[in-house]
Amino acid sequence: MTLLKEPDFGTPERPGGATVTVEVDGLPVTVPEGTSVMRAAAQAGIDIPKLCATDSLEPFGSCRLCVVEIDGRRGTPASCTTPVADGMCVRTQTPKVEKLRQGVMELYISDHPLDCLTCSANGDCELQDMAGVVGLRQVRYGYEGENHLDAAPDLSNPYFDFNPAKCIVCSRCVRACGEVQGTFALTIEGRGFDSKVSPGAGESFLDSECVSCGACVQACPTATLQERSVVELGMPSRSVVTTCAYCGVGCSFKAELRGDELVRMVPHKDGGANEGHSCVKGRFAFGYATHPDRKLKPMVREKTTDPWREVEWDEAIRTVAEKMRAIQDAYGPSSIGAISSSRCTNEEVYVVQKMVRAAFGNNNVDTCARVCHSPTGYGLKQTFGESAGTQDFRSVAKADLIMVIGANPTDGHPVFASRMKKRLREGAQLVVVDPRRIDLVRSPHIQAAHHLQLKPSTNVAVINAMAHVVVTEDLVDRSFVDARCEGFDDWARFVALPENSPEATEPVTGVPAEELRAAARLYAQAPNAAIYYGLGVTEHSQGSTMVMGMANLAMACGNIGRDGVGVNPLRGQNNVQGSCDMGSFPHEFTGYRHVSDDAVRTVFEELWGRSLLPEPGLRIPNMFDAAIDGSFRGLFVHGEDIAQSDPNLQHVSAALAAMDLVVVQDLFLNETARFAHVFLPGASFLEKDGTFTNAERRINRVRAVMKPKTGKHEWQIVSEIATAMGYPMAYDHPSQIMDEIAQVTPTFKGVSFELLDKLGSVQWPCNDEAPQGTPTMHVDAFVRGKGKFVVTAYVPTDERTTSRYPLVLTTGRILSQYNVGAQTRRTGNVAWHPEDLLELHPLDAENRGITDGDLVTLASRVGSTTLRARISDRMPPGVVYTTFHHPVTGANVVTTENSDWATNCPEYKVTAVQVGLAHPLERHAGESLGTERLAAVD
Amino acid sequence: MAAAVPSEQRMANQIAANLRHVPGDEAAEAIAGHIRRFWDPRMRARLLELVETGADGLDPVVVAAAGLLTRSREAPAG
Repeated sequence: MTLLKEPDFGTPERPGGATVTVEVDGLPVTVPEGTSVMRAAAQAGIDIPKLCATDSLEPFGSCRLCVVEIDGRRGTPASCTTPVADGMCVRTQTPKVEKLRQGVMELYISDHPLDCLTCSANGDCELQDMAGVVGLRQVRYGYEGENHLDAAPDLSNPYFDFNPAKCIVCSRCVRACGEVQGTFALTIEGRGFDSKVSPGAGESFLDSECVSCGACVQACPTATLQERSVVELGMPSRSVVTTCAYCGVGCSFKAELRGDELVRMVPHKDGGANEGHSCVKGRFAFGYATHPDRKLKPMVREKTTDPWREVEWDEAIRTVAEKMRAIQDAYGPSSIGAISSSRCTNEEVYVVQKMVRAAFGNNNVDTCARVCHSPTGYGLKQTFGESAGTQDFRSVAKADLIMVIGANPTDGHPVFASRMKKRLREGAQLVVVDPRRIDLVRSPHIQAAHHLQLKPSTNVAVINAMAHVVVTEDLVDRSFVDARCEGFDDWARFVALPENSPEATEPVTGVPAEELRAAARLYAQAPNAAIYYGLGVTEHSQGSTMVMGMANLAMACGNIGRDGVGVNPLRGQNNVQGSCDMGSFPHEFTGYRHVSDDAVRTVFEELWGRSLLPEPGLRIPNMFDAAIDGSFRGLFVHGEDIAQSDPNLQHVSAALAAMDLVVVQDLFLNETARFAHVFLPGASFLEKDGTFTNAERRINRVRAVMKPKTGKHEWQIVSEIATAMGYPMAYDHPSQIMDEIAQVTPTFKGVSFELLDKLGSVQWPCNDEAPQGTPTMHVDAFVRGKGKFVVTAYVPTDERTTSRYPLVLTTGRILSQYNVGAQTRRTGNVAWHPEDLLELHPLDAENRGITDGDLVTLASRVGSTTLRARISDRMPPGVVYTTFHHPVTGANVVTTENSDWATNCPEYKVTAVQVGLAHPLERHAGESLGTERLAAVD
Repeated sequence: MAAAVPSEQRMANQIAANLRHVPGDEAAEAIAGHIRRFWDPRMRARLLELVETGADGLDPVVVAAAGLLTRSREAPAG
């Protein structure tokens, strides 16, 4: 494939009903009302020269290169800022406009370096292109006058350079930062000839509020803002469209290569999830894929104290198969299992669960979604009938009220956050429900109408109180409820009880009753109100209850089944949705069908040729308990680092240490590998061929940019293990795996690689009823028929603060790092977050004699660690916060065994802790656990 | 200490606490149904052992629910 260049229509699309027909250079063209002359011309196949215009940004009209003549109108209007009118006749090439354009270009070029041949943007420079297009042949002003050619570059950002000498001050970067990203970090400083692009008030890019999303680099028409990889490697020559492997937004990217070398990742304009936008991780943080820490050869060892021994694939696979079978012979068929990964493709996940169910002969398969969004699967299945979010991302553009509960989109899901912020700037109102004052509460041009700063663990009390307001103040959408739902009366009686009123719950939740009432009214009365939520909902002892509580509220207010509404989980990892869809939970086959369902099981038994168990298997926390009990002794861990990411790490470590065989498949020798006997090197997303499914149920193609550096695809390795265990599994291509998934899964019946290549992506359900997918679910009826109201009684968590542990710890993530940091810690992103910090309120710090930057001890009843303090009033007094991106800190050493009552999702968000000044010689938990002391390779 | 309570007891009691609003016999059936649907046979077996040995601190509704559960042939020793 050659370098993919999407067309640029100059100004954004103006979708709408009414159309206007105009004539451009004699060609008739019909476009929606409000479309610019520039865009209409482009749609007629006529490119008007431009510099300050690009179709991701609103027109600005500053460069004056796009001037045209319009019959019957005076002067030469800018085509970018002039909307079409019916019957308009536009002339884009006349002697008058040609002369004007040449004059404009002369001025630009008189203050621009004439180093095209050695410039990093040579061949990809719009200024260069436009000089050619307008026929520039001379610069009458010369080059010796006052200029900006000596302006110093800013090389502070790890990923891109800012060279103001090449800047034409078109403001595309400034506008992209505001309009696309919504950060407003860039500005034009000075006036007239002194005008210059500036990140903040005289700061460098690195020190400014810039979030390195790359929107400015993308928008820049010259080499002023340029990826450093392009500077160093040269301009790419071919593209492969693929999907980001970081968060659950699932952005589409063009991987741009020069030969076989990846030069840069450029967000794809046709990507359904991101529509041309990106964040710092997807855009720039891909260097881990070629990091020297990567292991490319399989390795084995008898004992975890032995050094690793590199072996060939055959030996590694045979070792796994023989040892797994030996364990089963000694301890029974249910003594082994596997954990699949939400970072892997649907096809890889599918073969892992197939290996467990058919080759291992049990249902001991779980996925890392267990520890993040398993309550979403449970709660939405119970109420709506399907374990997935209700909307596509575009839907947020129609929301009038956005309620963000327990999510921090600007850090965790930044590209979706940009969509959300755009809608908020357009006037939608915002309610944030979070103990922490996340950025969204107050950021440029955004101010939450209400921030319900609840105490951790009281989500259910808050949602019940909101429902109380809706029911007792007669704000229920009766026609929706009567037509579409069941169980309303029992639920309404429950939430109307006095103990659920905002006044009664205020002492528990800490949320002022009047504020909660106002927020509930806002939600109920908005024409379209949408809920977006994250792990601040699910990672609680009542995570599933809270999911059902939100679903109840949405149904009561009729906020389901159309654009602009819904209940929307923001999934943590790239393929959380997909790994759940693919039958990774121990109780479910693909498509969320229980293993006890005889008819469903028969489908799989007939296709797979094996009798399958009708009983659920072990979930991840149950595997650990069973390992310590001695009944579970062999584990295949596919692309997950449970020894860093899971709670109560002492317990996890004890479980792993108790096993006879731990097999780890990963890019790196991660923390879990310390307990492993076999290490199988994995492939990075750049080497994978398959699909990911994002938080909006969008199935995106992942295309291999390069061959697997390990010599094998991961689905191939899993298939070979199953085969070596006596259950032949063979595929020639991942498309065959997807065909099998479609064969056994009604919601995927119409999905194939061919369809995805044709449509770009598709949102399941995709079948005979919806051959092009389903952007919005539950439109005419719920998947289960009637939406079901479920009574959601508030039950306080068992995790209580005490005089010994008087603070509550809650954990989360930060923009520049991702999950356990295995990828992002091996990129330039460490410039922003070199270590995990403990945020605590100034009052809590003062009471303990702690100042900003002090090394502090963080201790709970199960463990302790040390990390540096950051004093911040984002947290309310009594609540502290940290991330878990660095193994050396080992934040999960302090989190406990508490979990969601329905799904066992850990209660990461609530741990009673104490914080105190640490002795300078005190060690991080990770050091105590032996992190970074990995056995050497032979 | 909560950590000393067997996992199955802790989890079963937690399910009971979250289904407290379900009336009478329905609560026991709801708990049993949840456990049947989501628990591995060996976990169910362990819960039944706890009930049979009269473990301290078991919620009475859990005890009632246990009566509705049957041991699975799949539960391994260990």
